[in-house]
Amino acid sequence: MESMSSSQGAMPLESDTVFVQSQTFAPLSARRLLLLGGMGLILVGMIFGDIFAVFVLHQNAARVGASLAAASHAALGGDSAAVVKNFQNVGSFLENRGTKVDTHVHIIAFGYVALMLALLVPWMTLSATTKKRLAWLLLCGAGLLPLCVFLIHYVGLAYSPLQAIGWASIFADLGGLLVIVALAGFLYGLVKRFLSAERAPVEDELLAGSSATGRSLLAGGSFLVLLGFLHGTYYAAVDLYRHEALDYAILSQISVGAAGENTTAVESALAAYGRLQGDKAVNIAAHAHIIEFGLLAMLLAYFQPYVNLRAAWKQRWAVVLLLGSVLLPVCVLLELNYGLVAGGLADIAGLLVIVAMLAMWIGILRYTGKLDAGGAT
Amino acid sequence: MSGARRLLLTGGIVLALWGMSYGLWYAVFAEHQALEEIGSSLARGFSGAAARNIALAEASLRQYQQAKYVYDRQVDVHGHWIGLAMVLVVAGIGLDRLAFSERIKMLLSVTALLGSFLFPLGVLLQTLNRGNGPRAVAILGSALIIAALGTFALGFARKPAA
Repeated sequence: MESMSSSQGAMPLESDTVFVQSQTFAPLSARRLLLLGGMGLILVGMIFGDIFAVFVLHQNAARVGASLAAASHAALGGDSAAVVKNFQNVGSFLENRGTKVDTHVHIIAFGYVALMLALLVPWMTLSATTKKRLAWLLLCGAGLLPLCVFLIHYVGLAYSPLQAIGWASIFADLGGLLVIVALAGFLYGLVKRFLSAERAPVEDELLAGSSATGRSLLAGGSFLVLLGFLHGTYYAAVDLYRHEALDYAILSQISVGAAGENTTAVESALAAYGRLQGDKAVNIAAHAHIIEFGLLAMLLAYFQPYVNLRAAWKQRWAVVLLLGSVLLPVCVLLELNYGLVAGGLADIAGLLVIVAMLAMWIGILRYTGKLDAGGAT
Repeated sequence: MSGARRLLLTGGIVLALWGMSYGLWYAVFAEHQALEEIGSSLARGFSGAAARNIALAEASLRQYQQAKYVYDRQVDVHGHWIGLAMVLVVAGIGLDRLAFSERIKMLLSVTALLGSFLFPLGVLLQTLNRGNGPRAVAILGSALIIAALGTFALGFARKPAA
């Protein structure tokens, strides 16, 4: 593969220009740990999200819908005990879904935090060892919290010393605490430098560089965030209040229909409720994903000097990342009308983003290998 | 570091801390109560229907609607303050790559920061007052953000002068 054999090429790499001066990217330095760890977290979170979308999300939504329908039918039959039981089932399914969404969201969010910290590392007045320890602490917490959140549904209250909180929740909180401690340490380093009277200007090769790929990702990322914000504004202006009114109206129709033993009214209201929930879910997912992908593209733009691939391949992977970032939310929006076809395309778009990120991550690994072997001069 | 860049970075970090503090307060003192209210009022509404008590069912669903209206906005505010703060910091880091004058960069930074604070604030105020005032604040905030983000995208896309 051309992208994997660039170091022997005749043309100099853009990353070569920063080899000699890269003092902040030494082996196991805080910046390297945070960058590779952060990208790794985002990759794991995205792969988990893709698996969740294919194998869990729709099946779980169907179970929630079925339990709500069962509660409605119980109300129709005048069986209050069955109503309560079915609502408990809804709660359990929502908890299952919620913990998986939280796992996906938290891994990726911690990845973003790690990337942002990797950029800010040179501005922190802390020793290299302290920065490195804080980076490890952050990465450990960022791994522990989502893993334990994922396990909450399965572990439950088994062997727990507490009545309401299980071991998985306790360890998830511990992960959160590790992240907070690490962030507080990094923030202390930033504030210390900010308050210092004799601070020297920071020369950071990452921020000085402005390659075509970096510019594409930065501009493309900003544009994606803008698109996401415009979509959110449109949704708030046109759909939000209508959806909120419909939510109440449909539930009211179910309860009045059930009280009046009107099966037809209950059935039609249940179908409408399912469509409404689907409409809300795709809009929220599209809004969140396009903005997050935009932010990811902007963050990755800054690290392009570390991606040890040919300039042409770097540009291609940037285009693939941006393409997947646009396609995924658009296909998610189209899921209401085109069902599984659009859903499948959304999953493929997610895969494009994952592959592009993986390529960049490998490029950075190649850069670190070259740097550790003595650099290119 | 230029004034515009410092404003975006400091403003972004302060806004993120503000959003997290709000989230912490909300999680400790309000969220569980809100979720309990939503779940119990919905179940009560359906139980009322099972007991053929339409008045109870309607009243319970009204309670559900009110609780959900407030809950959705309070959660959105938390997410938007922190999300917008991250955008400010990331844009601030690369502000020197913007092919604009310092004056325009400063104007852009003020616009982005003000919009990022006002938009979620307007949404939060809607939980206290459902009139046009809070909506106007939210619309003003989002307009400022859209203007700033559009200009950021254009500025980042422009090739810097050699």
